[in-house]
Amino acid sequence: MKRIATLVGLAAVPLAVLGVFFLLPVSGMIGEGFVVDGSFDPGAVADVLTRPRTVRVVWFTVWSAVAGTAVAVLLGVPAAHLLHRRAFPGRRALRAALLVPFVLPTVVVGVAFRELIGEAGPLGFLGFDGSAVAIVAGLAFFNVAVVIRAVGAAWESLDARPAEAAAALGASPAQVFRTVTLPALRPAIVSAASVVFLFCATAFGVVLTLGGLRYSSVETEIYLLTTNLLDLQAAAALSIVQLLAITALLLVTNRLRAVADPTLARSTARPHRPTRGDWPSLLSTGLVVVLVGLPVAALVVGSLQVGDGWGLDNYRALTTEGSRQALLVPVTHALVTSLRTAVDATWMSLTLGLLVAVVVTRRSHSRAERRVRGLLDGLFMLPLGVSAVTLGFGFLITLDEPPLDFRDSVLLVPIAQALVALPLVVRTLAPALGGVDDRQRQAAASLGAGPLRTFVSVDLPVLWKPLLAAAGFAFAVSLGEFGATSFLARDENPTMPIVIFHLIGHPGAMNYGMALAASVVLAATTAVVMLVVERLRVPSLGAF
Amino acid sequence: MATVLVLTACSTVGNDSGDETGEEKSDRVVLVTHESFVLPKRLQRQFEQQSGYDLVVRASGDAGALTNKLVLTKDDPLGDAAFGVDNTFASRALDEGVFAAYDATLPEGADQYLLPGDDERALTPVDNASVCVNVDDTWFAAHDQEPPATLDDLADPAYRDLFVTSGAATSSPGMAFLLATIAEYGDEWPDYWERLMDNGAKLTDGWSDAYQVDFTQGGGKGRRPIVLSYDSSPAFTIADDGTSTTSALLDTCFRQVEYAGVLDGAANPEGAEALVDFLLTPEVQAALPDSMYVYPVDASVELPAEWAEFAKQPTDPLEVDPADIAEHRDEWLREWSDVTSR
Repeated sequence: MKRIATLVGLAAVPLAVLGVFFLLPVSGMIGEGFVVDGSFDPGAVADVLTRPRTVRVVWFTVWSAVAGTAVAVLLGVPAAHLLHRRAFPGRRALRAALLVPFVLPTVVVGVAFRELIGEAGPLGFLGFDGSAVAIVAGLAFFNVAVVIRAVGAAWESLDARPAEAAAALGASPAQVFRTVTLPALRPAIVSAASVVFLFCATAFGVVLTLGGLRYSSVETEIYLLTTNLLDLQAAAALSIVQLLAITALLLVTNRLRAVADPTLARSTARPHRPTRGDWPSLLSTGLVVVLVGLPVAALVVGSLQVGDGWGLDNYRALTTEGSRQALLVPVTHALVTSLRTAVDATWMSLTLGLLVAVVVTRRSHSRAERRVRGLLDGLFMLPLGVSAVTLGFGFLITLDEPPLDFRDSVLLVPIAQALVALPLVVRTLAPALGGVDDRQRQAAASLGAGPLRTFVSVDLPVLWKPLLAAAGFAFAVSLGEFGATSFLARDENPTMPIVIFHLIGHPGAMNYGMALAASVVLAATTAVVMLVVERLRVPSLGAF
Repeated sequence: MATVLVLTACSTVGNDSGDETGEEKSDRVVLVTHESFVLPKRLQRQFEQQSGYDLVVRASGDAGALTNKLVLTKDDPLGDAAFGVDNTFASRALDEGVFAAYDATLPEGADQYLLPGDDERALTPVDNASVCVNVDDTWFAAHDQEPPATLDDLADPAYRDLFVTSGAATSSPGMAFLLATIAEYGDEWPDYWERLMDNGAKLTDGWSDAYQVDFTQGGGKGRRPIVLSYDSSPAFTIADDGTSTTSALLDTCFRQVEYAGVLDGAANPEGAEALVDFLLTPEVQAALPDSMYVYPVDASVELPAEWAEFAKQPTDPLEVDPADIAEHRDEWLREWSDVTSR
């Protein structure tokens, strides 16, 4: 009984937040689609589902997301090996740099990609512009960092002894990987892949910009239906498709993620220098660097172009309000706003994520309890899979009356961003917590430690690294978030992605240059923050 | 501990909460608008001093998102006044009863921008800009070719693979261009689009992709010398010798007018009316070109020098009745998507 009470108590806060800021708005918006002229009419929604266009859109969404996820995983897992298990100069900087795409506004990445693969670009001969290949490359560009980080964190804390034992018994490196390492990494890989899939399936700018309007995904279709055509029935139908798809995905991943005994003995090996046998990791890391590096390099080059020459004028202009006062605030001011919002979003998602992770990873004593925990786990993944448009419009129509009068609150933006980051945080923390042997906690408790003391002395030591990784993720998500923010942001305090979008959407060479320069600054800021987070050893915790 | 202190200092919580709760609602005017809205701080302060109200600006989304938000929240409006609903979305807002009637005194020459069919005077025109095909004159000079002049020319094989435009389904100028072709060709417009696509027209997601990446005079130095943009764009491509390298084809234009209005059910209707009046003052009208890239509706306001010289406005733009747009938008966009993705 007490166990259940604790479970409910821990889950209460995250559940309340999710209920008010996600379930209520989304169901409100879907409800609008079901009510036609004041009466409940589910028929219209059902009709939409059978339209050939709907079927086409859903099919494209599924296969492009699968392809994007596959590329991200195939490149990311070997790269995670090199970047997290091998020691070489510049490793940390490289790891931090690879997270940069995550925060770049899609509108700018779209421009950067198209400057490379467009008709006039250096890679124009490939003919990728406006093709599905470009979309998949774009999806992988944004998401490969998720795989590298999540899998890398798990790999770092993997017990090295079973692999050494297998090798000593004569297994080849490939055999060791296939029979020992891969099964141990499976929960982390499946976790990362499921998150990446959701990111890919709800990608918006990438599909439109790189697909040359020839492709529509569920997300772009909901945007068109809601913001342009006000066809709420069709939008509701597609939102339901999204929800069903996520549920199916969660059921599948839950099975794949389950391992007989999640408990890991932790005796981690120190990373050593790369050897000749590491060529697969070297190769895919090289590919990742090219995939991520080229568009970013295109951005940097573009930002340094002034007229027909080169210079730092675009960067100097960032402290102004644009060549003709096209902005309300200097870009530097927007950067400060972005950083402050990101701090809020980070502590919110870490707090919620930690509670959720603790709840879902505690050993269940009955089948029903396990079900409930599994359900909770899935529930918090939902925000990733639902359109930002639906959520944004839902905020406006449901959170307008006391006691839930939040639609003008300054906290709405960080809360929305925290919800987007939450699944990443949970997915980063849960595998680590799940790996803690429950007997250690019992031992601590029997020696007289209270629940808090037990948490601090048993869980925290294995948790602090994933916690840092999660904080980095949340921070990066917040810095780069555009979809929900653009629906909620208030003019007085725009964030960086909003300002960049504004700059690039107007004529004038200076505005274009400033947009690129601002993107580079945002990217560099992210890289620096990530580097600091990596270096942050937090001695008091590390010493446990 | 130090980390915690630093983090709290960085947070947004607790900094701006004062303006949310501390004031009486009637002391402020809330303006709901789209993300492109920019009004210099100096003018915002001027309004606050003159009217005695605090001005709160809530800007997000594009014109379409703004209109639909207003429609969905009409029973409990998001603010007191709205700015940025344009003539391609206005009918929907009027049909849904989003705005209350307010017959603002219009400046000289502004009555030509009133929305046809708005007999109650709910919407007040504030600015206008025409979406026109632009050409890179230097490119055509270098290639010894006459630039195109009409919509028909764009489908002429002489201009094969030279045109790039943003799509109607995803961008507001793209939609305006579709409407221009509908005004020009009537029911035959799908044929025109088929010819246009057969002639190698390139479609992009939004204005920035077409202009900045694919257009020869854009930031990214693309390959296509004909692009869909605005009548004001030539004022932004001035070369070192003081002339503009581009020009707008004035026979291809569709005019977009942006309106302001008092929201029905506003908490502060007087304040909203004062704000609508303020948007029509010579000071605001004169600031529009520089801050929002649009022309004032007040004919007596002086334009910036580059605009007066290089940004020529069409005298007789192509027009589609707003009620028609509201009725057929869905069907036209669907057909357009079919024709262009074939």
